[in-house]
Amino acid sequence: MEVLSLLADGMLLSLQPLNLMMILIGVTVGLFIGAMPGLGSVNGVAILLPVTFLVPPGSAIIFLAAIYYGAMYGGAISSITLGIPGASTAVATTFDGRPLARQGKASLALVTAALASFVGGTIANILFTLFAPVLATVALSFGPPEVFALMLLAFATFVGLGGDDIPKTVFSICFGLVLGAVGFDQISGAPRLVLFDYNGFLQGIGFLVLAIGVYGIGEMLWTIEQTRGEVKTTTPKMTAKGMAADTKEATKRGWKGTMIGSFLGFFVGILPAAGATPGSLMSYGVAKMLSRKPEEFGKGHPDGVAAPEAANNSASTGSMLPMLTLGIPGSPTTAILLGGMVIWGLVPGPRLFVDETEFVWGLIGSFYISNLAAVLMNLAFIPVFIWMLRMPFTILAPMIFVLSIAGGYAATRDMFDIWLMVGFGLGAFFLRKFDYPLAPAVLAIVLGPIAEPTLRQSLLLSSGDPSIFFTRPVAGPITIIALILIFLPAIKLLRRKRNTQKKPA
Amino acid sequence: MRVGEIVTAGFLALLSLYLMWKSTELPVGYIAGQGPGGGAWPFWLSGIMLICCGFTALNWWRENTPASRSDEPLLDAYGWKMLLFVGGGIIGFVALVSIISMYGAIAVFLFYYMWFLGRHSLWLSLLIALVTPIAMFFFFEGAMRITMPSGLPFTDPVFNVLYDIIY
Repeated sequence: MEVLSLLADGMLLSLQPLNLMMILIGVTVGLFIGAMPGLGSVNGVAILLPVTFLVPPGSAIIFLAAIYYGAMYGGAISSITLGIPGASTAVATTFDGRPLARQGKASLALVTAALASFVGGTIANILFTLFAPVLATVALSFGPPEVFALMLLAFATFVGLGGDDIPKTVFSICFGLVLGAVGFDQISGAPRLVLFDYNGFLQGIGFLVLAIGVYGIGEMLWTIEQTRGEVKTTTPKMTAKGMAADTKEATKRGWKGTMIGSFLGFFVGILPAAGATPGSLMSYGVAKMLSRKPEEFGKGHPDGVAAPEAANNSASTGSMLPMLTLGIPGSPTTAILLGGMVIWGLVPGPRLFVDETEFVWGLIGSFYISNLAAVLMNLAFIPVFIWMLRMPFTILAPMIFVLSIAGGYAATRDMFDIWLMVGFGLGAFFLRKFDYPLAPAVLAIVLGPIAEPTLRQSLLLSSGDPSIFFTRPVAGPITIIALILIFLPAIKLLRRKRNTQKKPA
Repeated sequence: MRVGEIVTAGFLALLSLYLMWKSTELPVGYIAGQGPGGGAWPFWLSGIMLICCGFTALNWWRENTPASRSDEPLLDAYGWKMLLFVGGGIIGFVALVSIISMYGAIAVFLFYYMWFLGRHSLWLSLLIALVTPIAMFFFFEGAMRITMPSGLPFTDPVFNVLYDIIY
């Protein structure tokens, strides 16, 4: 009952005029960002984080969370009408969304996506409300070894479950952690890693500099190079009568995919390396596997749209759970949200539920309101978003570059950081060409300043004995799971080699 | 792509070595009573980075990765042209900030991008290039009270007029 009372207070807080305005603007911006090919929630949150310093922290994070929500809804619009996923989270939506659009059923696909997103978001919000306070209470007893073990687990999931090239993933994690160590040693206060003895590095490298460089500049260069401006739009005919019929059909033929996506997406979203993209792809696969007519998938089955769309919304809420309760982001977007919270003077983690109750429950309440606002605005303004999708990329791209650079300067007030941002952007473009995953580096630069002190404090507690991470009741199992995940790819490789050696014999 | 992958791995290995060397300016071992030295964290992480570069080189040699098997060029003619004009445009934009102010640089960059690269009409390019920095001035300086770089003194008369409006 206490949870319900806190949730009601949180909802009332999120309905205050400023917060409600932030939700509506955030959802609208998010829908647009999600719909634009090449832009996802992570780009939107990274680019717009600096402009949130105008409002109090509570309203700022509500705004950014609303962008996150809106982007999850918006991704489906371009997947269906353009055949190009607005973001990686909507890749699976193209599998059946685009065939439906080609059959003249774009309206059905869009309505299915919106309804599935709403149901997915609502189920995830309920699960979040039930799990978050319990997890935060357990996490309150964590000491430095437990916190470090959790950090290790966050990085290990990238290695074990990420699916990218392992040496390149580990390189990316370590590079982000080293970048986070530039500036001063947190314990002795001595200057550290002042690269090329340039004084600009004394102030450290902010996560925002790396995040905007990678997602604002690097990804835009990548998108310009990949798409070459060749996009064809399918314009759906949206009428009130037609939408009512589509709602009926979407409910009848998309409920199974919606349920699968809602639950699977939430639990995949909680995993630190996973997030909405693998959540939506896995849900699509499971929905196809459990379908009575799997052969219809890929040819325009509403379940094939509902499962990934429900999952990406559900996963986005799921990824907020470890961020708020444990201080570990569940996705690149939540890594940036976490960095923003640190800038605003809030410390994500279990203490947040004790020290900043109003903030936490205001944010959770805003999830429900944002979800409702997103589905209504999505359905009401689909024609407007499709019209906006026709905006030439040669107008949108320079605007994004300008926002990245001006926004970056507003946050750091240092031209050196802007040069670094451009450098990271160009570097990210080339690294991406060679399949270096960049999300782990962004996650690592955020978590590095938390991970290093906890490692050093733990080793100081144990007089340098690393067994402290194995012998404590909570840290032990987490460390062992993390190590299993780290070595999982090597074990898989060895088994594969053994199997291929056995076959010729 | 194949040559590019090994060159990139080599460059990143050199970077890792430099970071390891730089980390040794602080103690990298365990100090009794104080815990790990201040350089230990970046030193060992850079060491892992170096090992990863070694594995990337090994994968390249065994042709295990898509890039190491690819005969395609890193960038085709369009890609290089895009990088030169867009990447160069961004560098030019940032370089201009300290000369003609953030807002002046925004105007020049937007005009360059839309008119020269985007082939939009002169009027549309001029309109967006002028309206955007003015709107951003009122947002950053007026609403957020954040002062952006104002460039060399010759821009002062323009800023004086704009500041008179918001203050």
